[in-house]
Amino acid sequence: MTIKTVLEAVHDAMQEEMRRDKTVFVMGEDIGARGGVFLATEGFLQEFGEDRVIDTPLAESSIAGVALGAAMHGMRPIAEIEFGDFIWPTINQIVGEAAKVRYGTQGKLNAPMVLRAPHGGGVRGALYHSQSVEAFFAHTPGLKVITPSTPYDAKGLLKSAIRDDDPVIFLEHKRTYRLVKGEVPDAEYTLPIGKADLKREGSDVTIITYGLMLHHCLEAAETVEMDDIDVEVLDLRTVRPLDIDAILETTKKTGKVLIVHEDNKALGVGAEVSAIISENAFEYLDGPVSRLAGPEIPAMPFAPPLEEMYMIDSEKIANSVRQLAEY
Amino acid sequence: MKIELPQVGESVTEGIIGKWLVAVGDKIEKYDPLVEVVTDKVAMELPSPVAGTLREIIAVEGETIPMGGVIADIESENEKAAPTTEDNPADLEPSSEQDKEIGTTGILLKDVAPVGPTGSGGIIDSASSIKGQNRGSRVIYSPAVTRLAEIHDINLEMVTGTGRNGRVTKKDLQNFIDSEKTSVDSKSIDQDDKKSSNTDSVRTEGTYPNVLANDEEKITLSPVRKMIASNMVKSATLIPQAWSLVEVDVSGLVELRNKVKDDFQKREKVNLTYLPFVLKAVSESLKEIPLLNSSWNEDSIILKHQINLGIAVAAPDGLVVPVIENADTLSISGLAHKLDYLTTRAREGTLTVSDVQSGTFTVNNTGALGSIASQPLVNYPQAGIITTEAIVKRPVVVNDAIAIRSMMNICLSFDHRIIDGEHASGFNRSVKDQLESINLNTQIY
Repeated sequence: MTIKTVLEAVHDAMQEEMRRDKTVFVMGEDIGARGGVFLATEGFLQEFGEDRVIDTPLAESSIAGVALGAAMHGMRPIAEIEFGDFIWPTINQIVGEAAKVRYGTQGKLNAPMVLRAPHGGGVRGALYHSQSVEAFFAHTPGLKVITPSTPYDAKGLLKSAIRDDDPVIFLEHKRTYRLVKGEVPDAEYTLPIGKADLKREGSDVTIITYGLMLHHCLEAAETVEMDDIDVEVLDLRTVRPLDIDAILETTKKTGKVLIVHEDNKALGVGAEVSAIISENAFEYLDGPVSRLAGPEIPAMPFAPPLEEMYMIDSEKIANSVRQLAEY
Repeated sequence: MKIELPQVGESVTEGIIGKWLVAVGDKIEKYDPLVEVVTDKVAMELPSPVAGTLREIIAVEGETIPMGGVIADIESENEKAAPTTEDNPADLEPSSEQDKEIGTTGILLKDVAPVGPTGSGGIIDSASSIKGQNRGSRVIYSPAVTRLAEIHDINLEMVTGTGRNGRVTKKDLQNFIDSEKTSVDSKSIDQDDKKSSNTDSVRTEGTYPNVLANDEEKITLSPVRKMIASNMVKSATLIPQAWSLVEVDVSGLVELRNKVKDDFQKREKVNLTYLPFVLKAVSESLKEIPLLNSSWNEDSIILKHQINLGIAVAAPDGLVVPVIENADTLSISGLAHKLDYLTTRAREGTLTVSDVQSGTFTVNNTGALGSIASQPLVNYPQAGIITTEAIVKRPVVVNDAIAIRSMMNICLSFDHRIIDGEHASGFNRSVKDQLESINLNTQIY
């Protein structure tokens, strides 16, 4: 076991998979000579060479399209989009094409590619370095979308994503890169895509969350212990496919669910989780399924006090938990 | 004024304090370098945001401080003049309209008050117009509470609510269930006081002394056990029950089953026991004599048109009776599948409320445990319950000669208010005839 940051976990996952499988290669802006703007691919060019570590032009649609083409021809590309905010030009290649390869070719072709990007805010990144992008991809059948929150989860899930035979969108919250440290096994391991993780057991209220928010939720859970509220925290880890069994199991246990995510509330992942709960566990609900999520504001503000208002912190979560607990 | 370590990079979260460039007591101009700070991205000098005098150094050289952490205290010139803090936005007075917490619902849902935790996380005044708050004195029970109350047969009016506006929460109900009260509705006991003296001996609270002797052990009751007990008390005290037994020659049934069971297993992936055949016979008999498929309703008898057979199963927590709905519409094979499904779930403890509701008649396979005669208690509020006893090879007289036949007793307990001996015997006769007419030609599918 070694303590690693999320960034180190991501770096190690890619490095180990590239050593293990010659068809794995990385491509993206600044990932080669520079080692990545966050140093996620530091040392890769030296170790694996130009053929497997490709610095691309500033052209996201091409990054995704080339990765897709390579994947359909038997390679396993890990394409990086430097910031999630720049992922939009890839929508046509990913949603319009990659997601449909296996289905459209009746299984004759598939696209084992990973598109990874740092996303999320709270880093004074403003309009172009703060967006949450998971909802758009999580809406698309044919894709898998992973949003890890800890180093252990990030490494295990990224390895699984690379080994997966279909397109996976891997979204790392940039604020967790260095802020979140955790134990990571030295031995080889992978984690299953589509399985949530119960990060804290409780009996009064369930919080379902993912990404950076997981850590604020855990903090909030500690805080409300003093109000004698016992909180259970379920980390989704993957937002497509959702771990429906885990979601329903915790709902049946506590009867009160609060969904927390940084992404804007309307039509976000929380909306789907809420619908699943009310469709399948209605008789187990002891309070309305509630969501605490990003506001209806087009972008994360740059001014610090406004960004603070936009972002969800453990105090806001604790308040929401208390309200639901006393219903 | 507290000096904080500013955010210097998107993913930088902490910095190490280097050399302090000023000392306590020094006079500082705005933008004078205060201290060196090292992060993994950059080494820099931190400029002072204000002019004043350095009052205190809080973070020492070599210390690691998170972004936003306090590193020093400067007595700024402003403080000497008027003690105001940084965050006094006196100029920014939001209009009274915007002041209301639009919170996170914003433009999309402007007219909806932020309901509870779905707002921005602030405290919501419960007097604000949230749908349902205006319901006045109407009492609402949540789905979870209703469900639990049904399973444990609890009168919710007896439970005190500690939720918002006095709502009975799941926790309240759970506490009520766990407490020493039984779930017997005391009203129905009073009602039948005049009927039998049995009720005098029925107590709603345990009367066993609280102090245990050395050779005694107390077992606390599980919710399931409490429920079973309550149902048994109701059955024993409210239903006057009589009992009748007939012998059934099931040699034909045994022969048939032995012949087809292996193929059935291979084909259907489910075991074919004798029970599906019994269920079929019972269903048909209930159609012939509908009075057995009813319920006493004080001043009337309610005939049930659906034939929903409850099957008594021994589950880990105690006896449970899952129900096969519309059993008369299923073939032997269909019944076998349904049985397998329900008994598996019963043993795993995964039955749902809907699995155990709506039964109209009960069948109990006591024979599985070796019994050849048993006197079951009617499953309140049904009218009858039938057992199938062990199949035993016996010497019997057939056509004036001794033959060895497979014999099975069936025992019927019934509500004598609804059913007389004539119906009971007729029913038993019908089940017996059907079972005895099973042979190798009988349809399974």
